Amino acid sequence: MDIKSKVIDSEGFKRIISRISHEILEKNKGTGKLILMGMRTRGEFLAKRIQKQIQEIETIELPLAILDVTLYRDDFRTRLKQPEVSVSDITVDISENNIILIDDVLYTGRTVRSALNAIMDMGRPATIQFVVLVDRGHRELPIRADYVGKNIPTSSNEEIKVKMMEVDGEDAIYIVNLTEK
Amino acid sequence: MPLTNRHLLGLQGVPKEDIQLILDTTTTFREVLERPIKKVPTLQGKTVVNLFFENSTRTRISFELAEKRLSADSLNFSASASSVNKGETFKDTIKNIEAMKIDMVVVRHAAAGTPQFLTKICDANIINAGDGIHEHPTQALLDMYSIREKLGKLDGLKVCIVGDVAHSRVALSNIFGLITMGAKVSVCGPSTMIPKYIEQLGVNVIYDIDEAIQENDVLNVLRIQLERKAREYFPSIREYSKYFGITEERLEKNGKDVLIMHPGPINRGVELSSGVADGLQQIILKQVTNGVAVRMAVLYLLGTMN
Repeated sequence: MDIKSKVIDSEGFKRIISRISHEILEKNKGTGKLILMGMRTRGEFLAKRIQKQIQEIETIELPLAILDVTLYRDDFRTRLKQPEVSVSDITVDISENNIILIDDVLYTGRTVRSALNAIMDMGRPATIQFVVLVDRGHRELPIRADYVGKNIPTSSNEEIKVKMMEVDGEDAIYIVNLTEK
Repeated sequence: MPLTNRHLLGLQGVPKEDIQLILDTTTTFREVLERPIKKVPTLQGKTVVNLFFENSTRTRISFELAEKRLSADSLNFSASASSVNKGETFKDTIKNIEAMKIDMVVVRHAAAGTPQFLTKICDANIINAGDGIHEHPTQALLDMYSIREKLGKLDGLKVCIVGDVAHSRVALSNIFGLITMGAKVSVCGPSTMIPKYIEQLGVNVIYDIDEAIQENDVLNVLRIQLERKAREYFPSIREYSKYFGITEERLEKNGKDVLIMHPGPINRGVELSSGVADGLQQIILKQVTNGVAVRMAVLYLLGTMN
């Protein structure tokens, strides 16, 4: 990994989670009908942290769902590598509820597009709000996030690496130079 | 990592990693089947032809559903209503269908080796849905998935295949797959229905059904294929069911919590008593549900390969 700079450390990470949790509660005027939905892999862990944070603030444990969007992707034909699928874990009825969709990086917007389709196939939520840790620009679809941890303008030969304790052993956000493959 | 072969012709020689990948991917599709809308757009724009030269209900419907639930376009061909009856050769039929731009072919044929032959004359991904008495890989995969779902593993399990092993493609595919996955496989049936060289595949032969029940964790009970002249291999159906039929009394007598499976269609009162076929130890309808998920996994893994 060719690191260019470390943008966020573990302290900053904590503050972002805390701020976004408060923003979600503020915008929705409490926890009524909220469902947290993390997108595999790192969105899942972000969702769990937001769930914990909200529990500390409101003493209410929000329902948590995990979404895998592999089957809804639009790039099967152009990718060289076959993506690995895993299982969505959604035990709550999402209809008429407010979905807080959570992912680590917002880039072209295509992953969120597939997530929206996947969610619509499972029911008809009242609203879908989108939380993202990093918005790095370069959108290819008309999509924006409702809650943004940090805006990091990047060039297309850079990449954002989000590291999380649960899978990577540290909490941090890096900008790295894309190595030629 | 994708599968190593772009066709699924059989389980003979298929590496453990590939079987593992198919079984793991099946879990994803099991979840899709539990949703209110049981459909994902994954194979949109792909065309799958179901080429059935032999009768089938379960397998054909199962494949068709799997294709529809992946949003592929599927079309059905059955030999009885086709130009094969006008004297067109098999090869010409295939070439014509391929000329209509198709991506995948699911084939069932009474002649062993038909799927292999297809791979040589057309470019589509070929999936074997049963070729003669050779292999029926998706059935074995769904059997393995069902065992794993119920008992948590395959490695080290003892599985016995009961019945007409000599004329069964289900048996052969199960033997190849289960041995690869580390299970201990045995077969049980009248000696006329046990092939002479079966032991060379690494399989144990048991001639006593009570011993088979006591020794094993799973019994995969095959159908006595009356349409394939199975009657010529034993004196009477009554005698077969007396010596090899699985009944509640027999299970009770051996006091073993063995898992009962059957690929369907069941001859009630022959290989399984009605009580056992509807009993607590069987997972026969679970196998059918899992069949759709397994076929979705296979179609997905082959259809999204580049």
